[in-house]
Amino acid sequence: MTNGPLVIVDRVQKSFHHVPVLKGLSFEVSVGEVCCIIGPSGSGKTTMLRCINRLEKIDGGMIYVSGCPVGVTVHGGKLREMRPKDLADQRRDIGMVFQSFNLFAHKTVLANIIEAPVIVKKVPRKTAAQEAHALLARVGLADKADAYPDQLSGGQQQRVAIARSLAMSPKLMLFDEPTSALDPELVGEVLAVMKDLANDGMTMIVVTHEMGFAKEVADKVIFMDDGDIVESGSPAEVLGSPRQPRTQSFLARVS
Amino acid sequence: MRPDLTKPDAGDPLRQLDAKDIVRTPKPRQWIGTVIALLLVSMFVHMLVTNANLQWNVVGQYLFSHEILSGVALTLELTLLAMLAGLAIGIIVAVMRLSGNVLLQRISLAWIWFFRGVPPLVQLIFWYNLASLVQSVSVGVPYGPTFIHWQTNSMITPFTAALLGLAFTESAYAAEMIRAGIQAVNKGQVEAAHSLGMTGAQAMRRIVLPQALRIVIPPIGNDTISMLKFTSLVSVLALPDLLYSAQEIYARTYQTIPLLLVATIWYLVLTTILTVIEYVIEKRLRRGHSRPRAGLPTMPGSRWRLIPGWQGPTPKALS
Repeated sequence: MTNGPLVIVDRVQKSFHHVPVLKGLSFEVSVGEVCCIIGPSGSGKTTMLRCINRLEKIDGGMIYVSGCPVGVTVHGGKLREMRPKDLADQRRDIGMVFQSFNLFAHKTVLANIIEAPVIVKKVPRKTAAQEAHALLARVGLADKADAYPDQLSGGQQQRVAIARSLAMSPKLMLFDEPTSALDPELVGEVLAVMKDLANDGMTMIVVTHEMGFAKEVADKVIFMDDGDIVESGSPAEVLGSPRQPRTQSFLARVS
Repeated sequence: MRPDLTKPDAGDPLRQLDAKDIVRTPKPRQWIGTVIALLLVSMFVHMLVTNANLQWNVVGQYLFSHEILSGVALTLELTLLAMLAGLAIGIIVAVMRLSGNVLLQRISLAWIWFFRGVPPLVQLIFWYNLASLVQSVSVGVPYGPTFIHWQTNSMITPFTAALLGLAFTESAYAAEMIRAGIQAVNKGQVEAAHSLGMTGAQAMRRIVLPQALRIVIPPIGNDTISMLKFTSLVSVLALPDLLYSAQEIYARTYQTIPLLLVATIWYLVLTTILTVIEYVIEKRLRRGHSRPRAGLPTMPGSRWRLIPGWQGPTPKALS
């Protein structure tokens, strides 16, 4: 069963200081599916993504990954927040790539990649390093293992960040505007790595402003505005012939 | 060919001037200042050389004497131990202060308030007299049975009293520095660590603290130099540190000024060495934070007041 839902977002609500930013939205992402979330700034799409690995707590509804509720346990009919250790275990399977890369500034590229496998999964350092070199080759940075993050371009840093997430062999990858902080000429190299990842069958949820990428790679596009889903469907439906006027006006502005 | 601009017929001055031809402007006031400064410096040096009361021969006689050298050793030992203990406690207090637990926050605030507020000299004397307040210390179940038992009088030696006073004072300052260092580490670093499945403690130990400590190396170096000087306070507890050793000698020989000079020379030598060590450590730790990629490493000028004019080791020697 390759096509069961890996991620279920069910009536999710979230407020910041009593201002609702997610207004009870629901969607599903199947195994191997690439889902792009688009929408104007402040529409809640980044918050939505951050709720999936519980960098943000939700106030209502529930999110399930691999059939387990995220960040909470059900025990004796009572819902409780997970112990920090269990939440950490749950997050191992959910990779995340940030807009601002967030590479560990004091560690080399190699050390960045092997950090979590060695510390969290207790993989022997040597094995982890071998895998790291393979991942670096995959993202086209085989020669940068000993560089420090600030010696790399933004595009290179973001590719290292992707490799770092992949080192934990996640079932799901979350991308939070991965190319928004990049110079235009560096966007392509990161999108190429992501496309490659999608072709390999990785389940991905991507918050992005790259309509070209969404059109070409996504299986499903979600258009969000004002904390809710306005329209969702295949790229051809949402991007090609949007039905909602809000989607139409947004697409007219960005393209 | 330069035109003579004083003549009316010099023609159009545009596109004929060249910045290469600029001559030095005379600065008479700067010259006067220089002369006065040189005069004062030469008077001071003259006094150092000719004033018989300085007794340089006595300085030379005692500079490497056994008593003084063992005093130097004790001063260094106290500095090192007090800094290590102070930093260790400081890290704990800083983490408590930033924890979500209100009680821990309050305790750490109270700790910082107390040990930053009480002068180290008062603390030294207070710790030394601890036995008059608490007769014995024991380890066991609170209000229950005890396992180990000490008499305070035998536990609190002048050395432990000095160490406690200095380390606790340092811990209060270190906690504030380290807290600032932790807060200066980008929040994204913790989020990245969490998203990779690291727990809060792992993220703190592996990702945040190493970067925070790097940020606070300069103030820690500064504190170490202060600490070296603060250790001279322990002479009130009759601990034979550098100052007390010098005092002991001049109490016998009445050669007060030359022995104070001996102490001064040693303090300056030690602070200079610490300054250089600090610079080297800082360079090493700068990995990953604006490493010198192209061009020279930056040298924060204000940090080199101890050695005016010296720009530190040449960049080549360090790379």
